[in-house]
Amino acid sequence: MTASKGSAVRPNPTVRLLGLLESLTRPILLLLVTAVDRILTPIQRRVGIDRMGYFFVLPNLIIFGIFVLFPMLLNFYYAMTGGTKLFPADRPFVGLGNFETLFDCEDFLSPNSCQEDLFWRGVFNTIQYVILQVSGIVLFSLATALVLNRRIRARGFFRSVFFYPVLLSPVVVALIWKWVLQYEGVLNAIVEIFGGESKRWLLDTNWAMFWVVFVSVWALMGFYTLILLAGLQSIPPELYEASSIDGANTWQDFRFVTLPLLMPTMFVVLVLSLIRAVQMFDHIFVLTGGGPGTRTQLMVQYIYTTGFSNQIQLFGLSAAASMVLGVSLLILTLLQLRLGNQSSLS
Amino acid sequence: MAADRITISRFLLKRSGGARIDTSDVLTYLYLTAGTFLMFGPVLWLVFSSFKTQAGLVKYPPPLLPYQQVQVEVEGYDKALPLFTVTLDDGSVRELAQVRRVGIEAQMVDPADPSAERIKVNIKQREPVEEVKLAWENYLDPLVELENFDFFTYLKNSVVVTTVATVITLVINSMAAFALSKYRFKGRDAIFVLFISTLMIPITVILVPVFLVITSIGWKNNLWGVIIPGAATPTGIFLLRQYMLTIPDELLDAARIDGASEWHIYWRIILPLARPALAVLAIFSVMWRWNDFLWPLIVLSQNDYFTLQVGLNAFQGELQIQWHYVLAMTVVTLLPITLVFAFLQRFITTGIATTGMK
Repeated sequence: MTASKGSAVRPNPTVRLLGLLESLTRPILLLLVTAVDRILTPIQRRVGIDRMGYFFVLPNLIIFGIFVLFPMLLNFYYAMTGGTKLFPADRPFVGLGNFETLFDCEDFLSPNSCQEDLFWRGVFNTIQYVILQVSGIVLFSLATALVLNRRIRARGFFRSVFFYPVLLSPVVVALIWKWVLQYEGVLNAIVEIFGGESKRWLLDTNWAMFWVVFVSVWALMGFYTLILLAGLQSIPPELYEASSIDGANTWQDFRFVTLPLLMPTMFVVLVLSLIRAVQMFDHIFVLTGGGPGTRTQLMVQYIYTTGFSNQIQLFGLSAAASMVLGVSLLILTLLQLRLGNQSSLS
Repeated sequence: MAADRITISRFLLKRSGGARIDTSDVLTYLYLTAGTFLMFGPVLWLVFSSFKTQAGLVKYPPPLLPYQQVQVEVEGYDKALPLFTVTLDDGSVRELAQVRRVGIEAQMVDPADPSAERIKVNIKQREPVEEVKLAWENYLDPLVELENFDFFTYLKNSVVVTTVATVITLVINSMAAFALSKYRFKGRDAIFVLFISTLMIPITVILVPVFLVITSIGWKNNLWGVIIPGAATPTGIFLLRQYMLTIPDELLDAARIDGASEWHIYWRIILPLARPALAVLAIFSVMWRWNDFLWPLIVLSQNDYFTLQVGLNAFQGELQIQWHYVLAMTVVTLLPITLVFAFLQRFITTGIATTGMK
């Protein structure tokens, strides 16, 4: 009943503004559209209706081919060549040399023993970050979704409260928190009121990772909360009526009705947050720059620094590292597909 | 203990409160209040801070509101003088303006009686008189005269990238989705699988080769180099195709019988009917492009081509961070998205809830 009320279209300033824009651009569009039609009609007569599909898919396919497919293949070539020149013809072939450099370690568990110790620090930091961040996101977005799913006043307002940071750009998010966390910042002032000790939070090796995780959970959890909330609301209320007739208490309701039915949505949240966490770059880059030292430097930052921001641009090493990242993403995806199939079967 | 556990589990797990307000309801609103504070607090703090002067920002512990020292015009002095409350040696308290400070001694003058002899006091005897005043110059200076932060150029670049990229994405994605949902041609399914399989291959994995392609075309330090590579989004195609599959084929056949060309069908029938899905994709595209950071950071190395995000990052990365400007410009950067959100809030949140993408 509320749904029909919500979807009713009310003319508001935004809609009117869009309408105005539309009426301004319409003549130009019409001209363009007619021109395309003129060109296409004879072609359509020749090739027939179904083959017009090729035409419609073509623009997307061209851009996709040039900027995604071709680079994907080219990445292998880069990973197997050395030097600092960008153009493929100028690059000497080194075979698996870049990978040998990356994996040249006496002991894989201690980055110090590796030739590219920065890469391995990145790998270990990424693993730590992913585990912390994903569990933080799942935990808090689930709790928030459950709370928002209760019968509360101003649900729309609270839903947008938690969602708002999702829209902010990573640079803005990082700057907001950099300001809060700085030595003479408001957090230290609050900590001191409660008798704590001021810290340089982002320069403290023990705290930097915590804050990097905290800030990204803060910025992203609203998105997953919405997905979980949608999942919760799609659970038919009759099930709860039935369970209450059976005398189930709240915990049993959650354990035997909500949780099993929410599992597919939880799985989506897990997949999406995991894949994004592995690729994390921008929040951290602005917040700590990977520091203190290399404490919060993740894999993508290694790829960026090696290939683009260092004085000597080692494109080959960067491409090789990005292939390692790509393979780990692939393994994660396949693993999840496997698990997803299993959980939907059972 | 047991009672506690029941309360907590009720609070988190019960779907709806009963008619009476119980502990779980209280906990719910506590959670929501704390959440609101945590989510909005830092943003509000940024906004408050952005109105403080440079001197006001280094004050610790930081006051909530932007205070500035009161400045008074005193006859006989060219510049306005800062006002202080001074406790004189005889114990009386007066408001005096400071003319100059020498070491630990300050020379004060009475604003009401400027011709009288200057009063010399120890600087510990005076306290600045403050008032709440917004430092608009934090916002105005960068807009006109700051050398290394060209706000309007960055804004223009960001707006161009966002709008052009969104329009291109909508057009080519909808065309492709139309082809993949409404035509039967050889290789259609292969193309679809090809598109979708790259959902998990982000640009971070192919930075170097895409950079080569961009450089070869001559799009380094060119906004096209930021716009085009991300235009063929697999998410957009997927979303639009799923939506277009629900449009009945009979509609297209009827139009064909009436003599409409395929392009006409796309433009006149498919696009208007796919509007809800297009709107969702448009909102996402605007968000992606406005907030995009890593790729513009690589393509754009000259100041003139920076987008707002890249420019803001470069500005905050300078050796001496000018926080009063950085904060103000951060507020300006988050303003458009906040306004869009305020207007389209319901639309965005339901859009995400139904499509599950970002």
